[in-house]
Amino acid sequence: MAMEKNGWLGLALALAVFTALPALADGVGLVKVSKGSVYIERAGKRLPAPVGTIIESSDRIVTGRDGSTGITFLDNSRMALGPGSTLAIDRFNFDQTTHEGNFDTTLRRGTLSAVSGKLAKHSPKAMTVRTRSTILAVRGTEFVVRTR
Amino acid sequence: MTPLRNMAALLTPIMLIGCATVSKDSIVLLPKADGSTGAIAATRAGEEVVLDSAYASARHVASGKLQRGTEDARKVQQEFGAAIAGMPQAPASFTLYFLTGSDDFTEQSTAVIADLLEQTRSRPFPEITVIGHTDLAGNDAENDALSLQRADKVRDMLVALGIPKESIRAVARGAREPVVATEPGVHEPRNRRVEVSVR
Repeated sequence: MAMEKNGWLGLALALAVFTALPALADGVGLVKVSKGSVYIERAGKRLPAPVGTIIESSDRIVTGRDGSTGITFLDNSRMALGPGSTLAIDRFNFDQTTHEGNFDTTLRRGTLSAVSGKLAKHSPKAMTVRTRSTILAVRGTEFVVRTR
Repeated sequence: MTPLRNMAALLTPIMLIGCATVSKDSIVLLPKADGSTGAIAATRAGEEVVLDSAYASARHVASGKLQRGTEDARKVQQEFGAAIAGMPQAPASFTLYFLTGSDDFTEQSTAVIADLLEQTRSRPFPEITVIGHTDLAGNDAENDALSLQRADKVRDMLVALGIPKESIRAVARGAREPVVATEPGVHEPRNRRVEVSVR
């Protein structure tokens, strides 16, 4: 057992330093890909969103003409936006023990690709994506949306 | 009501409709990495279109409704390329197994840890969720507590290996997600595990 423990420590020392994360307390997601101009709008402010930016529920994610971004969420859902896109996180709740909760977003303009996660797997009603005129109920899947 | 107000009452709904023009939407269902598809239900003006096969699509037509169709994979790439290319890597999952009723893990599990650390190192701003599971022996309260104990132990080990504790969450699933279906009360080693999900 002592040998094993030393083995792990050796392994840890051999690895590069892990990137430290800011506190995740309020976060529902994390920016993993950020190219060109990518912003979040939060409480009336516009903030740049480089890789490592924490996404909170009620944030709006905005990409410029040259921008694209990819985000992972707490329930292992993933979303990405193409250029000229705006996505509003309307609601995100996820109970890690029961997997109950809701994930609602609105694509106001642009293109979105999405892979659903544990919320949609637990309940076919848990995840929705809206546009101005359409509501999508996501039943455990991958898809793309464009809205104008 | 004055004639002017009557006019306003008539015009308001028309103006509202004018502002909130219907959006022009296209939705395409993609095949998953394993080839399966899942489904999506698109509802517009009270009408539902269900997409449940690879590259099934719903696109707005002049009437304002959605029309069901099937897309060419290459065209989808052209139309949605940047949004598809921006998708973050899928989470990686690792499983560590435990001895009966304890939070000591089996020897085979130590080999998995090297892979887990390598995955963590290779990702930008890695986030780790440590998910404790039990078998169906014992009651819910015991299992929730035991699964959290197992998850905490793995989290502490990962912290000792140099992963910042701020980027690790330990959560308890109790007996809610057995990998092997058994009757209640059955001891099943394959269900006594901790899953480490690396995003």
